[in-house]
Amino acid sequence: MNPRVLLIDDEKEFVTTLAERLEIREFSTATAEDGETGLALIRKGTFDVVILDLLMPGMNGLETLKHIRHLAPDLPVILLTGHGSTREGMDGMRLGAVDYLMKPLAIEDLLEKIKEALAS
Amino acid sequence: MWTIHNLITHIDNLFSRSADAPGHYRILTRNIIITMLVVTITPLTVMGILNHFQYGRHLQNELITPLANTANKAKHSFELFFEERLSTVRFIANAYDYEELLDDKTLHRLLRILKTELGGFVDLAIINDDGDLVNYAGPYNLLGKNYASQRSFQEVLVKGSYISNVFMGHRKLPHIVVAVQRYTDEGTSWIVRATIDTDRFYKLLGTLGLSPQSDAFLVNSDNILQTNSTFYGKTLETCRLTIPSGMRSTFVTETTDPDNRQLLLACSGFTNADYVLVIAKPRSVVLRSWYALKSDALLVYTLSLLVIIFMVVKMTGTLVRRIKESDERRETALTELQHNQKLSSIGRLAAGVAHEINNPLAIINEKAGLMSDLVMVSDDFPHKERLSELTAAIIASVSRCKTITHRLLGFARKLDTLMESLDINEILKEVMGFLEREALYRQMDVSLNLDPTLAPILSDRGQLQQVFLNLLTNAFSAVDDGGTVLIASAPAPDGGLSVTVQDNGCGMTEDVAKRIFDPFFSTKKGNGTGLGLSITYGIIKKLGGAITLNTRQGEGTTFTVTLPKNPPADKTKGDPTP
Repeated sequence: MNPRVLLIDDEKEFVTTLAERLEIREFSTATAEDGETGLALIRKGTFDVVILDLLMPGMNGLETLKHIRHLAPDLPVILLTGHGSTREGMDGMRLGAVDYLMKPLAIEDLLEKIKEALAS
Repeated sequence: MWTIHNLITHIDNLFSRSADAPGHYRILTRNIIITMLVVTITPLTVMGILNHFQYGRHLQNELITPLANTANKAKHSFELFFEERLSTVRFIANAYDYEELLDDKTLHRLLRILKTELGGFVDLAIINDDGDLVNYAGPYNLLGKNYASQRSFQEVLVKGSYISNVFMGHRKLPHIVVAVQRYTDEGTSWIVRATIDTDRFYKLLGTLGLSPQSDAFLVNSDNILQTNSTFYGKTLETCRLTIPSGMRSTFVTETTDPDNRQLLLACSGFTNADYVLVIAKPRSVVLRSWYALKSDALLVYTLSLLVIIFMVVKMTGTLVRRIKESDERRETALTELQHNQKLSSIGRLAAGVAHEINNPLAIINEKAGLMSDLVMVSDDFPHKERLSELTAAIIASVSRCKTITHRLLGFARKLDTLMESLDINEILKEVMGFLEREALYRQMDVSLNLDPTLAPILSDRGQLQQVFLNLLTNAFSAVDDGGTVLIASAPAPDGGLSVTVQDNGCGMTEDVAKRIFDPFFSTKKGNGTGLGLSITYGIIKKLGGAITLNTRQGEGTTFTVTLPKNPPADKTKGDPTP
């Protein structure tokens, strides 16, 4: 069974395209454009890994992360950040994210992180 | 006033013009010195001159006027003496008839009384209208002698009385003659003539109490001495000193005697006789205190002048140096402030732009990635290869853009600092590791001159790597193939250290050097973001260090980075805002 990946990002074009690319690489994906939708999907289904953008309107990435930790403590979360700063990434790591990547990202890096997350 | 005006203008200029105006401080120094010298020396000189003249006038009153007074008083004493003798003779002429005086006994008695009561009388004679001496009391036998041709006889006929100049009598002693004319009831005239010795002259001159260098004597209008002079001859000799004659009043004049002595001469002419009283005092004696004061004053003036000049030059030097230093400090502070403001505002702008660009960039990246994926999974179709290349090119371009936006963001919001104790030499070696291949390929001479005794410092490894990577990259691009880059580390006096990166490359002009730390300033024509050195500058500032450069066009550039042993206290916890 293909690993199931949940992508949460407010940028629809980005998230759908990335989902499609992961589909091509034999992942099954779901996308959410804000934190609430993402959390609802996690409540409904089971995912192997979550890819979460930190900068979102409404509930931001770190808050969403906290909720995810609450809902599914063992679900690995990989953070995406548009900032050049590593601070939010570090904050996210402290909150339990497994890793973080900076946008624009190289697909190879993402696959690597997902592989690591699944292995853990 | 012109100097004060100038000074003000120059001080104005000092604060309005840039400090690098050529000769600016030299002109300021010169003007302050001139102004201060003028305002200090002028009053001193004016005071000195005024004092000089004031004291000169005072001296006139104190020394010259008393001299004239003395001469005047002495003259009066002489005149009184003459008048007394004349009155006595006049009294005899009035009190006695001509016939009575022709009596020998009476005349002898009168002479006796005169000798005892008044003194100085030598003889008495009665001369008739024809000039014949008709009666005589005295030591000589002059009876019957005719005086008609003598000057004294003629003078007395004209004036009624007469006081003669000094002449040598038969005893070879100086005498004067006092004569008075009387008329008989019949209208014929007769004359009483008395001879008086001049001993009293010396008594009167003696009362003046003159110093040994001074002289006092009588002369007549022909400049013949009537008394002995200490310096200018004996009685009846021509006075060796020319006395200005023809003046009845008393006056003081300056002259030089035949012995070349500067003299102050007080002359006073007699009204009732042809005599001039002369008091001669050497100038040096009279003005001794004046000369002493003058030389003292001159000495004080000269010394004051030297002290003033010394102090003015010294103080102005210090003053201008302080002004210059404070100018330079102000200039530096201003430049730094401007630079920081520029960095900060440009940084904020850049961050905003970078952030906005970053998201679409991520979308382009994913779209291109998907295209590439789709091409890959598709069966062969026309242009598959070409399409694959194109998407790869898009992704590569995005990657380049990403580098720029991340740098911009990093520039605005610097990466969190992570302070740790580290060995700077190790960092330099690591950084060199990145560039070794390029150095080898370009046959460059890269040498590391590291001080192995350097103590570790507390700083941020990643940021220092970035700093030295930037500096070395710049050095590498400045030199031609085969060029030289020298990296050296050395301890700094405050416990920190300094690192120099020196190249023998193209160097830069002064204008370029001034702007080299400005954001977006690049000389790499299209190949640089213009952020490298401004990021470097920002990091070093943040770490509490400093960066300076020394460059000369065509000869190379040396960057010197100094880092403190410990970073500033507020930086150790990281910097949350730009």
